[in-house]
Parts: sequence; structure tokens; C-alpha cells
Amino acid sequence: MTTASITKKSVFNRPEKPYVNPYLGGMILGIVLFLAFFLTGNGLGSSGATSRIDALIVDSVSPSHVDNNPYLLKMAGGDKNPLDDWIVPVFFGALLGGFASGLFNGRLKLMTTKGPNISNRTRWLIAFLGGVLFLYGARMARGCTSGQALSGGATLSAGSWVVMFAIFGGAYGLAYFVRKLWN
Amino acid sequence: MNFPLPEFIAVSAANPWTYVLFGVIGFAFGFTLEMSGFGDSRKLAAQFYFTELTVLKVMFTAIVTAMVLLFGAVSLGILNFSQVWVNPTYLWSGILGGLIMGVGFIVGGFCPTTSLASASTGKIDGMLFMLGGFVGAFLFGETEPFFTNWYNNAGYYGRVTLDQVFNLPVGLVVLLVVLMALFMFWGAEQLERIVGKRDLSKEPKLRIAGAGVLFALALGVVLIGTPSLEEKYSKLTFTRTETIPQLNADPIVNTYTYSGDQMLEKRLVQITPAETFKAVYNQNINLIMLDVRPESDFNLYHIKGALNVPLEKLSDITPDLLSEPPANSVFVLMSNDETAATEAWKHLVAASVPNVYILEGGLNNWIAFFGENEGFQASTAPGEDQLGYIFPAALGSRYESCDPNPIAYEELEFEARIRLELKRDKSGGGCG
Repeated sequence: MTTASITKKSVFNRPEKPYVNPYLGGMILGIVLFLAFFLTGNGLGSSGATSRIDALIVDSVSPSHVDNNPYLLKMAGGDKNPLDDWIVPVFFGALLGGFASGLFNGRLKLMTTKGPNISNRTRWLIAFLGGVLFLYGARMARGCTSGQALSGGATLSAGSWVVMFAIFGGAYGLAYFVRKLWN
Repeated sequence: MNFPLPEFIAVSAANPWTYVLFGVIGFAFGFTLEMSGFGDSRKLAAQFYFTELTVLKVMFTAIVTAMVLLFGAVSLGILNFSQVWVNPTYLWSGILGGLIMGVGFIVGGFCPTTSLASASTGKIDGMLFMLGGFVGAFLFGETEPFFTNWYNNAGYYGRVTLDQVFNLPVGLVVLLVVLMALFMFWGAEQLERIVGKRDLSKEPKLRIAGAGVLFALALGVVLIGTPSLEEKYSKLTFTRTETIPQLNADPIVNTYTYSGDQMLEKRLVQITPAETFKAVYNQNINLIMLDVRPESDFNLYHIKGALNVPLEKLSDITPDLLSEPPANSVFVLMSNDETAATEAWKHLVAASVPNVYILEGGLNNWIAFFGENEGFQASTAPGEDQLGYIFPAALGSRYESCDPNPIAYEELEFEARIRLELKRDKSGGGCG
């Protein structure tokens, strides 16, 4: 009895290509960042889009809530479309780009990346919590690692360099106490 | 060709390619992050345990590459730096926000865009970080009213760059940052070798060459310097549109582009005392009057509300004019006639200050127009750009014509020349 084995060449089972050398990746990222500034005057960003998508959702559920909150009002007040800002296409482009790289490099896989000593469930919880904290801080600082550290860093904005050091400071400061999450 | 391209500074439905361009930029961004390994939280977290410093290498290589290219383009005069978004400095909310981000980083193992790269490639933790992000940003919007005063004012310094902070030429700061980055890369590799037990001989030798190129480019930026104000002035273009209404048809809109000198010759930026006076009371305009005469003239007679910035001191305050005022600021320069004011106008427009105008005929014209009934004594032969009247005492702005009565002058006819140019304001660009 022979069994014809069908090798399913699934998009999720491609051989994984290695990651690009960090200096090369950084250089390419730097060129992308430069071209963004050169052509549009804007750098890169991400957290602003998250706020705007939130504003859209809030506006569709309760427009009066938007009107009563100056922070939201600036983005979605009246007829304003909160998604009509350069950062929103960048956000969706980045999602697509990440996917494309995963596809091209054989890294599309439903999985959880985590430290060796915690369960998936724990990882899911802290990933969510980390997201809540990070974006809260990002809105407070008016930008995240791409908006402040990368973009503001490249234009030598004093405030951005301060934010960058604060991010690394905060992370290094807490690293020892949460080491079990990653090691 | 002057960059950045005005059509691409913001997205607009009138120019759908803007959406495409920003989408492509985002695509390249996400792709690069994923291919560098940032879809995996372990790689990101490793940075903070010194086993693998990919985060530092990618981030700082990106920053210094973009920085050298950016300031190189500025030095060569092809990139207009004042049209480039520079994050304004909010010291305290920046520090606190940064620290909170750091906590989020080490707990969550991602930053926003890396979570996008992760989520889009199937990592459940990436997706949850992204979801948490929407909650976090929402919470910020809800809690911001409680500290809005602090958030918007504490430690606000406006648009300020490191070269201004350390009072060093930009090129030198670029070089120092490159040197700092190269030192950090060396240090990172040592840590990876010691803590991460990495075999450094396997690293590509090309990176040394790359470091050399980066250093050479930074040195180039130092040596080329920045374009002079004359060079910048000669590259300036101004647009004016003329709308001609048509009977039974759409109005004709003509757009004209002029150089700085053409604007001056065509008298498009000289505004009458009448228009200036009306602008003071115009709610839509934040009028800032800059009197560029010597202090002695200013003390003899000046318009109420005008600030005295003698011509020599103008370059000192120019950075403030770029960073501080709101988007609807209009600057009116004035001297006794127009000579010093015109000089000042050229200086400010070359520095990319928007909405700059000249008081037509200067203070002499203002006094003639508003001070008719005050019986000022004309001086016999005033020189060029000298005060045409004699004032026995230095009464400053205490004459009636310094602050004309708006009711008395309610009806005034003039040809309006002020056109508001939009500039990047603090909520316009960036992530803010």
C-alpha cells in the first residue's frame, strides 16, 4: 500500500529566512525615515494613529462625548474625520508591510513569542498590559519610539532625545524586577 | 526643486497620491522592522538583559543614517529645514510619558509599530499588545482633562534642537551624535560578546566600512555648513491666487509664483496703515508688530502694542518667531519709511517665517494718516528712513494716534494684502 504524501506548501509552513543584519536593517530604516522627511516633511509615527482610530470609535458611539473632551475634539470634533491625517496611512501601511515581510520571509505563523519560564496565558496578559501602558505613555509623551525616538532623534529635537532616554531608562530600570518574564 | 514637496506635507482628498505615498512609507517601515526581527518580543526584550542589542543597533543606525542624510540635504540647500516637522519639546510630560513607555516596553515586549509587525505575522502576543494599545490610548484621552494644564504647559520650550541647547553648529552636533552612536555600537558588541556569549568574528566586516562612511558623511556636513540667508532668500517662492468671478460660469482662478524681490516690487507685502490698524482688531489674526528702528526712535513715537526689535537684534529672536506663535500669526515690520523694514522682511522670509508684511510708508505714513489732527511738526529734511516729525519729548505710545479710536475709524477703505499662509502648528504634524 502506498500513500501518496502530499506536501502541502502552505504559506504558514515556508522555510524561514534569517533576519537581516541589524545594522543593515537600521540603515534601510534610516533611509526610509530620511525619504519620509525629504518628500513630506513628516517623519514616521504610530501612536497618533491609535488615538485617531480610538477617536473614530468614540465618535461613532457617542459624539457628545467627543464634544466634551478637548483632546478628542481636536481630532474628531464636528465634521472632522480623525482618520484624515498622514499618520493613519502610515499605520495601515506598516501593518501591511509587516505582513508582507512575514510572508516573504516565511514567518507567518500563529504563535506566541515569550520567555521560557512563563505560560502562554501569562504572556497574553502581560502583552495586553504592556500595550495599555505603552500607548498611555506614548500619548503623554506625544509620540512613541518611532514618532519621538526615531523621527525626533533624527531631527535633533531636544525633547525627543529626552523622551528616548526616558524610555530606555524606564525599561532598564524595571528589567531586573520582571526578569522572570523573559529569562 | 525644493523639498519637502508642498503637495505632500499633509494628506488631502484633493491629492489622493498623498495617501498612497504615506501608505508606501508605512509599508517600508513595517517591512523593515519585521525583517530585522522585531515581530518577536524576545528579541526586543533581550536588549534590556544585554544578551542581544539588536534594538539599539537598529534604532541608532536608523537615527544617525536619517540624521546625516537630512542635515546633509539641508546643508546642500535642497531640504528646507523649517518645513521639516521637529517635535516640540514638552519636558515633563515627555519624561513621564517616556518612563511609562519604558515600563510598557519591558512588560509587553513591544513598542507600537513592532507590535504591528508582530500582529500582522500571526503572533498572538503582538495582537494583544496592539489591542491593549487601543485601550491605553483611549484611557489617556479620558484622563487628560484632569491634568490638561500640566500636559500642555509644563516644560514647554517649543521647537528647539540640540544645536540650540548646546549652542554648537548643527554640523558639529551631527558629528558628535555619530561618534556617540559608533561608540555605543562598539559597547553593544562587547556586551553581546560577554553577556550574550556571541562570537564576534562572525559579524560582517562590512560594518566597519559602514561606520567609516557614516563618519565621513557627518564630517561632510560639518564642512559644508548651512546655506546662507542670501542663498535661502534667492530660492524663495511665493504664490498668490487671483479669483475672477464670471457671469454664468465658474470663476477663473489664476495662480502666480513670485520671488521675494518680485513680491516687494509688486507691493504685494506692503500693507497700509489702515489695513494694519484693522488687523489689530481682527479676531482671526494674531497680529505681531515688530518695530525695527533704533530704540531712540521707538521711544519718541511708536504704535501701541508694537515691540521694539532693532534690526541688529532681529536674528536673535528669529527662532522664537518660528516656534512660539500660533498658526494665524501675522508679523508687520515697520521702520520710519520702509528701508530697514524691507531689510528685516528679507531676513525673516529667508528664515521661513510665514505671514510677514511691511507697514507701507512706515511710521511716517502712519503718523500722516492717523495723526493729522495732532499737529505734529514736520522736520525739514529728514534723511532716508528717518523720522519725518519732530517730537520734543520721548512719549513713546502716549499720543492719540498711537492707538487710534476704532469707532472713529470704523469705515476705512484699503486694498487688503494680507494672505494667511498656513504653517505647521503644534498639533499639525508628528504624532501629537
